Amino acid sequence: MNILVVMEQRAVQGPPAWSRMSWETLAAGQQLARELQQPVSAAVLGQGIENLASELTDKKLEHVYAVEHDLLKDYTPDTYTAAVRQLVEKTQAGIVIFPHTYQVRDFLPKLATALGRVAVSDVIAHRIEDGKLVLVRQLFQGKLNVDVRFTGDPPYFASLQAGAYRADHIEAGSAAVEKFTPQLTPSRIQPLDLFREAQRAVDLTAAEIIVSVGRGIKEADNIPIVQKLADVLGAELAASRPICDSGWLPMERQVGSSGQTVAPKMYLAVGISGAIQHLVGMKGSKIIVAINKDANAPIFEVADYGIVGDLFQVVPALVEEIKKAKS
Amino acid sequence: MKIIVCTKQVPARDSQLRVASSGAWIQEADLSYEINEPDAYALEEGLQLKEKHGGEVVVLCAGPARAAQTIREALAKGADRAIHIAEEDLGAFDPLGAARLLAAALRPESPDLVLTGLQSDDLGYGQTGVILAELLGLPHATIIMQVEKQDGAIRVKRELEDGWFQHVEMPLPALLTIQSGINKLRYATLMGIKKAKNKEIRNVTAASLDAGSAVPSIQLGRVYLPGRSKQTQLFDGPPKEAAAKLVEKLKFEARVI
Repeated sequence: MNILVVMEQRAVQGPPAWSRMSWETLAAGQQLARELQQPVSAAVLGQGIENLASELTDKKLEHVYAVEHDLLKDYTPDTYTAAVRQLVEKTQAGIVIFPHTYQVRDFLPKLATALGRVAVSDVIAHRIEDGKLVLVRQLFQGKLNVDVRFTGDPPYFASLQAGAYRADHIEAGSAAVEKFTPQLTPSRIQPLDLFREAQRAVDLTAAEIIVSVGRGIKEADNIPIVQKLADVLGAELAASRPICDSGWLPMERQVGSSGQTVAPKMYLAVGISGAIQHLVGMKGSKIIVAINKDANAPIFEVADYGIVGDLFQVVPALVEEIKKAKS
Repeated sequence: MKIIVCTKQVPARDSQLRVASSGAWIQEADLSYEINEPDAYALEEGLQLKEKHGGEVVVLCAGPARAAQTIREALAKGADRAIHIAEEDLGAFDPLGAARLLAAALRPESPDLVLTGLQSDDLGYGQTGVILAELLGLPHATIIMQVEKQDGAIRVKRELEDGWFQHVEMPLPALLTIQSGINKLRYATLMGIKKAKNKEIRNVTAASLDAGSAVPSIQLGRVYLPGRSKQTQLFDGPPKEAAAKLVEKLKFEARVI
């Protein structure tokens, strides 16, 4: 049951560069290899990726596969699925793991389906039970966890959530680069320009204190309630995705995987349940304060201080208390 | 353009979830249900495309009898008809098994475009759309923020990480998974609700569909509350008291005020 780590690179600006989550996946692959006493290899796909592949040669790996093809220069789900499938068949990999990136979300289910398997997506932890792999993933936007086991034959596919494994735990060693050229035909899907929307006018990353608001605020007319809290703290006002989707605050104030990543001195989450897409954008904050009516909301898992209660009562009381403390 | 929108019914967003005594799922008895939010955006996108280009919007939903309510709401918003795959225990299917049901119901319809939400709020695999595309042999794109119909093709805007986007083009028929926020959701009108009563909901049973193997290749085990990674100091009592305690900690312990 050898293990294969499929790393991700992207050439967004300039030459191909690693997606940082790939290193976490590599660390997880090495950990699995130790626990299951199996060899682990790593692969990188693309065109002009020799330099990236050579960065893996000083890691403890059985093989480093450089999967090169002109048709892999720009990502498409068709070409990536075909290439990884051929590599999995060639290497007879038993466990194949990926970082849970937007790109992996786009092709991993296709790959697994093509092989009659189901990938376990967005894994946050694992353990070995009686020699078998048990994966942990989240349900209901992080409110609950569930254990997942593979029941059929390998290969087993899984993608790992950002931050679930630590990239600084990679073991050194030595491995040679093996070039693998898959047989590919052009995709039906034509990738076009990569772009960013207009420059952000609000730089939340510079804020020392951020007051962030989520669905709990219920309607646009209630935004001034949290604006008052931001004002009294001298904080920037930010929001979780649904608030910006609804147009209650501009998109540039969104914190999370599709918005800004912030790490202020204090992050006050008001009426935010704490879905992973939000947590990845703020969990590096020094002090996290959460106000939420649901004591089981995932935001409390990362909070230093919290009040379980109705924000419409708690926030005005908090504004008064802060005024007193500051006077 | 014939558009099929795959939707799912899930527990309402603000539900207080409790693990069932069996430890295998949640207590469902007192929950209220609603359309999976990203699917609501997929439906809205389908309706807007139909308004621009003509055609038909068909809602496809697999789920127990209670899902009929969510289907009716989709019809009231403007979908033309619906197919309900009646299956009381969807939990017995893994994502591939569930997608096989949808694919079997979808194939005879020969749609031009299939839309789904990018993931469900309950299981959250984020896979059904892509699996479905593979089963149907369709090109696909995920996490879509804009759809533009062209002659026999579509051009879409894919969301990537860190504020990046990419335009992608593909021939029709195709499948897209839609991101929340792509459009502004409409409300059902009184007229829409009235009209929905006469719209067709075709019920098919999972067993009657030629869906192929239903043997799952992954299995869910115990469901449980996640542990805390930090020691959270929680303050309770009346709001004023809790707020005062919190401010004292922020001022003298965390020193951020």
